[in-house]
Amino acid sequence: MQKFEKLTGLVMPLDRGNVDTDAIIAKQYLKSIHRTGFGPNLFDDWRYLDPGEPGMDHSQRRINPDFVLNQPRYQGAQVMLARDNFGCGSSREHAPWSLMDYGFRAIIAPSYADIFYNNSIKNGLLPIVLDSAAMDQLFRETEETPGYRLTVDLAAQTVTTPAGKVLKFEIDAFRKHCLLNGLDEIGLTLQHVDEIKTFEARRRKEAPWLFAK
Amino acid sequence: MAGNTLYDKLWESHVVRQNDDGTSLLYVDRHLVHEVTSPQAFEGLRLAGRKLWRVDANLATADHNVPTTDRARGIADPVSRLQVETLDRNCHDYGITEFAMNDARQGIVHVIGPEQGATLPGMTVVCGDSHTSTHGAFGALAFGIGTSEVEHVLATQCLILKKAKNMRVRVEGKIPAGITAKDIVLAIIGKIGTAGGNGHAIEFAGDAIKELSVEGRMTVCNMAIEAGARAGMIAVDDKTIEYFRGRPYAPKGEMWDKAAIAWRGMTSDAQAKFDKDVVLQAADIKPQVTWGTSPEMVVPVDGAVPDPDKESDSIKRGSMQRALQYMGLKPGTAMRDIALDKIFIGSCTNSRIEDLRAAAAVVKGKKVANNIKLALVVPGSGLVKTQAEKEGLDKIFRAAGFEWREPGCSMCLAMNADRLEPGERCASTSNRNFEGRQGAGGRSHLVSPAMAAAAAIAGHFVDVREVR
Ligand code: SF4
Repeated sequence: MQKFEKLTGLVMPLDRGNVDTDAIIAKQYLKSIHRTGFGPNLFDDWRYLDPGEPGMDHSQRRINPDFVLNQPRYQGAQVMLARDNFGCGSSREHAPWSLMDYGFRAIIAPSYADIFYNNSIKNGLLPIVLDSAAMDQLFRETEETPGYRLTVDLAAQTVTTPAGKVLKFEIDAFRKHCLLNGLDEIGLTLQHVDEIKTFEARRRKEAPWLFAK
Repeated sequence: MAGNTLYDKLWESHVVRQNDDGTSLLYVDRHLVHEVTSPQAFEGLRLAGRKLWRVDANLATADHNVPTTDRARGIADPVSRLQVETLDRNCHDYGITEFAMNDARQGIVHVIGPEQGATLPGMTVVCGDSHTSTHGAFGALAFGIGTSEVEHVLATQCLILKKAKNMRVRVEGKIPAGITAKDIVLAIIGKIGTAGGNGHAIEFAGDAIKELSVEGRMTVCNMAIEAGARAGMIAVDDKTIEYFRGRPYAPKGEMWDKAAIAWRGMTSDAQAKFDKDVVLQAADIKPQVTWGTSPEMVVPVDGAVPDPDKESDSIKRGSMQRALQYMGLKPGTAMRDIALDKIFIGSCTNSRIEDLRAAAAVVKGKKVANNIKLALVVPGSGLVKTQAEKEGLDKIFRAAGFEWREPGCSMCLAMNADRLEPGERCASTSNRNFEGRQGAGGRSHLVSPAMAAAAAIAGHFVDVREVR
């Protein structure tokens, strides 16, 4: 996975609650058998005015100028502000893949759907949780201030505003460790091969029907 | 020790090791695989030169992309075809059992798992699909995972996880006539919201849940994820155990007796503590219809589209306004006055034999209304389809003007050719009414199979209890 340490990036506000994974990356793009190339189709239905299909030249499509992602002032954004229950819906890891492929490295929201949260961390996309009051302030400042940038420091677990205000966030130790070091979780688990084998052997004895076929 | 929840028991019996940082390495008994979320996982395995940990723990099928007509001609869309062929090849290369597109046992992954007895009580079941929560209906710990986790399970048969909190949703009392599992779960989501179960595993309990058939319980657990919970589950009882007798992957003979004893323990202890407890009265539940673009935007069929101006929370008000605009609806419109273009009976929520029977009972001897452009019935699996045909349900549907299709996900997410066109309105027995879910610009209303069938006949929503 990609490491995440510290970043100062342009901020884009996505002021909607319950943004689901179907909205983040629409089903027709899930037919890909690769992990990359989803960036041009992030938020496809909101971002373009014409319907999209895989294999199209998306640069030729009609864009929706009202959608925040298309506004000139947010081009190159790396940090996204979102509202409650971001990433709800399906387990598609294509959601964080497309956010990352577009260029986002961190999301800040009051809450996330569980599977999306996990999937993000496994790809080096940092989902930060801040309370609704802090979110309201960040949304306001971002909208009022062209070129608004936030500094996200994972080691310190802080988000720092341009005015120097420091907001602390929580993240559990294991996930933080993996993200900071870009660790391969499978490699970590395979350090415990013997324990898995012992467990499996016991289970095979206690519940042999689980291994019957 | 007394005082454990079903979730505690399932969790603890699968912990391989406890890490210092609060995570656990959890063993996975069954891994179900489908074509959409697995290709990148197999690719990762190959790139790292890793082997499959336990071949026999995996079972695969192609469901999301497969066409529901003319299968003999293969898959027309080359991108879909490549994805399905990639699954075939991966299963072949790694020795995984696959019910490929033309296998009689092929179907939606969450329908075929229990149907085969490949998911059993007491198991941990995972799949790269959020509706894996379905399998919790059998006293199993079942949840959806992302592709990185699919790869992790393929390589290690384990996952690194943090235990969730315990939540219980009790539905008390007797289920009123004409009310189905789908109405119950939509009412639950309407009450607790789509984020109500975030961070929790939900156990569904109470007399009404006990009264449900095993298939109805699957419908309820299927939508636990729509309430924000990665896992939903229901305690084992006689119905659960009987369901598995004689299924291909279920134990037989002496082994069956041993297993059945173990399965009986898959319940919460009487003194078990839950972090969150919610109670609904079954008597209050009416047939449900969603009006918006989130499953929590739901009202009883005798209700009306709500008015955002009466919502005090500004973020909620904004979502309601956006939903109404997308859905092309005005506040105050009676749900019964909403006319439909298409009907979809299918998906892992409602495509099992009982669902088809319930819909056929409403449709029998009647005709689909003229304003309905397409009414689809898509059985959940090849075996469900065969059973339905044996019972003559296909004839009932066809005579009424429904199309009878081959099994798969179909218009639940419209990855194949079955979809809504922009602006089209659909009564759907699936689980998600998100924007564009059933086709870009399409408008979905979630209902039970009987309600979808009644709407097909009337051309608009009706209370199925009044048409019988
Ligand atoms: S039927 Fe729908 S919800 Fe179920 S697995 Fe298929 S796409 Fe997902």
